[in-house]
Amino acid sequence: MTTITDPPQGAFRLSMLLNDTRYRSYTFQFIALIVLIGAIAFLMSNLFSNLAAAGLNISYQFLGTPAGYDINQTLVEYSSLSTNARAALVGILNTLLVAFLACVTATIFGVIAGVLRLSNNWLVSKLMSFYVEIFRNIPVLIWIIIIFTIMTAVLPGPRAFRGDNATSSMFLDAFAFTNRGIYIPAPVWGAGSMVVVAVFILSVIGVFAYRRYATKLLYDTGRLLPTGWPSLAILFVPAILVFFVMGMPIGLEYPELKGFNFQGGIKIGGPLIALWFALSIYTGAFIAENVRAGIQAISKGQSEAAGALGLRQGRIMNLVVLPQALRVIIPPLISQYLNITKNSSLAIAVGYADITATLGGITLNQTGRAIECILLLMLFYLTISLSISVIMNIYNNSVKLKER
Amino acid sequence: MADSNANSVAFVRTEQVPPSPPPFQTSGPVKWAKDNLFSTPAYTVLTVVAAYFIYLILSGTLPWIFNGVWGTSSLAECREVLDGVSGGCFSVLTERWNQLIFGFKYPPDQYWRPALTFLIFFAAAAPVLFFKLPRQLLIITALFPFVAYWLIWGGTILTPILALAGFVVGYFVYQRFVAGSFAAGFFGGVAAAFVVWTFGGLLIPGSANENALLEAVPSRDLGGFMLNMMLGVVCVSLSVPLGIALALGRQSDMPLIKWVCVIFIEFIRGVPLITLLFVASVMLAYFFPPGTTTDLFLRVVIMITMFSSAYIAEVIRGGLAALPRGQYEAADSLGLDYPQAMRLIILPQALKISIPGIVNIAVGLFKDTVLVSVISMFDLLGMIRGPILASTEWNGVYWELLGFASLLFFVVCYGISQYSQWLERQLATGHR
Repeated sequence: MTTITDPPQGAFRLSMLLNDTRYRSYTFQFIALIVLIGAIAFLMSNLFSNLAAAGLNISYQFLGTPAGYDINQTLVEYSSLSTNARAALVGILNTLLVAFLACVTATIFGVIAGVLRLSNNWLVSKLMSFYVEIFRNIPVLIWIIIIFTIMTAVLPGPRAFRGDNATSSMFLDAFAFTNRGIYIPAPVWGAGSMVVVAVFILSVIGVFAYRRYATKLLYDTGRLLPTGWPSLAILFVPAILVFFVMGMPIGLEYPELKGFNFQGGIKIGGPLIALWFALSIYTGAFIAENVRAGIQAISKGQSEAAGALGLRQGRIMNLVVLPQALRVIIPPLISQYLNITKNSSLAIAVGYADITATLGGITLNQTGRAIECILLLMLFYLTISLSISVIMNIYNNSVKLKER
Repeated sequence: MADSNANSVAFVRTEQVPPSPPPFQTSGPVKWAKDNLFSTPAYTVLTVVAAYFIYLILSGTLPWIFNGVWGTSSLAECREVLDGVSGGCFSVLTERWNQLIFGFKYPPDQYWRPALTFLIFFAAAAPVLFFKLPRQLLIITALFPFVAYWLIWGGTILTPILALAGFVVGYFVYQRFVAGSFAAGFFGGVAAAFVVWTFGGLLIPGSANENALLEAVPSRDLGGFMLNMMLGVVCVSLSVPLGIALALGRQSDMPLIKWVCVIFIEFIRGVPLITLLFVASVMLAYFFPPGTTTDLFLRVVIMITMFSSAYIAEVIRGGLAALPRGQYEAADSLGLDYPQAMRLIILPQALKISIPGIVNIAVGLFKDTVLVSVISMFDLLGMIRGPILASTEWNGVYWELLGFASLLFFVVCYGISQYSQWLERQLATGHR
């Protein structure tokens, strides 16, 4: 299309590279490319001459050599003879463990606090805004250290549980809160326990099937089936029945004080608790704000309209307000999950063996392979972040308001 | 009329009956409590639980605070004074005050310098924070970095003066050429500033730091809360212009520039700050020219600035995207070129929308400055966990110290967030 404003199609002149908007962007990009290549070349030449001067090279062989250090909390088989790669794997699993636990509890805290902050009860809403302001405005590292201090300096040592006039006692004879960690009963899987587990999984599927059926029935015929109690019954009754029929194959192993320490049960170390709990309450405060904003974003007309249709308060929340609020809440919620994962790297401050503490801490210091370790570390976090953002984009596209 | 009525009809009142007060049950604090605390049984239970919770917290902390001991010189002495009563040993704060604020290596006779800088900081920040103040005060803001550098690091006054001269010359060159083309003005200004710095640097004698008016203090001697404040202020102010540049780059039509900015922003946002600090402490030195030494403070400032500029860029990108398309088209139809359109039309509006977001990032960044304690810099938290808790006198005073650190951060961060809310109300000029 030719319009009056199009410049005359003359021969290409060199000055057009600067003065003609059609070509100027190529000039700028060319200059930017030269500058970029120059900067990278400068940094790389510095890197290689510095490495040569220090007698180092870039090599990932250290991953195959024995790590030579112990890790107190591992999810997989590990000893000090294992390789550095294995230590990094332990770290990755520990990072994912604490991030997962903290995401779950932070969501629970955040939803409760966010909903209660909107409550008409003055005292409760003030208490919740106090919680949110206190936890949002103090660095998470300080919270981690405060809770770690409670775990190590305030809780009693195992020796306080010993003797006839022990100063501390186990909670319900099953939980021991000590300065070496929290001991909880461990499940013991006897013969036939798999049957119980299988029945339980089937019940979970059954609950979903029942709810689908109830919804379908509602839409087809208008009959409303109760879902609350039947779901609970489907979930637990068969599993409990099978549990007793099979002769109680699943038992609990209680922690016991033997010698100087507790034996048996599952030990959750102080650093894990500190990190988990601190990340949960800190991020919970942010999630509470997201939840509050999401609920407030739904205009009052929506709940009034639902009320005018004759819905009860609970159904207004479940069927009208929450589905719309979730669209507002979930994207920031997922970015909070991302923050939890990234903040879990603060584990290094309390000695929890996550990926930053193993690969970026001890392995780095023992092998001196700073560049390799930090690059691998960043690669790990980048992978996690990018995969979470991909999931978030998919979700955002699926709930996007369908506009004409 | 009223008179005649009163005289003729005896039983008609001449004045209105004063309204009787509402029943006790439906007015005043009782009604308030009924509406807000005990409206339903469930709320009553909630109220009681919350009140019990508040009682638990207060009964634990209040005696501890009010029985606090402020004047002893060690924990053992403090425990003797307390004699088994619950109370805080706040004397660690008074005794180690200077260490908590200034770190343990800053020369004690020079403490007035950072303190004075802190005071000037308020004067410098005021015109930026409050738009109604006279614009001439911005001169203080412009001079503040140089004065602050000179006061805190000391050494020869020629260094900050030379830096200032470079900026002034660069500014004049920019003013001279910007009417022709923004690019010419901008790059000319940068080049002029570098010329001044290079040649001026040759003029400063190497021995200038000896016998300087203010004793030179190396950056490794900085510490305490001062370090947190410095990192926060420096990195936020450096990362705003960088963030604007990155945001514009990400919006750019030029694919190369766009993708460089996207990769930078996504990379930085994808990794935790602590790994970037590791880069600063063990890896960044490899990328400097051989033989040069850069101090840890500078390396940390570089990495934190990169970190926060990526986040600020995303906030500003949100602001740019929120502007109606018509604003861009209006700028084009006025015949403005890209720099003019951005400077005169787009950025003023986009930045205004993004201010609350930028303040949020600033608060988060200020909180994140405590992470430098992990790479063994002695900021407030580093001082507490390192020299103070490890000392024989104060080994075991956790709550007083951690409580003090929390209080400092809470006051600053809560203050900034309240300011941001105030600003939001001020700037709400009815964008639809």
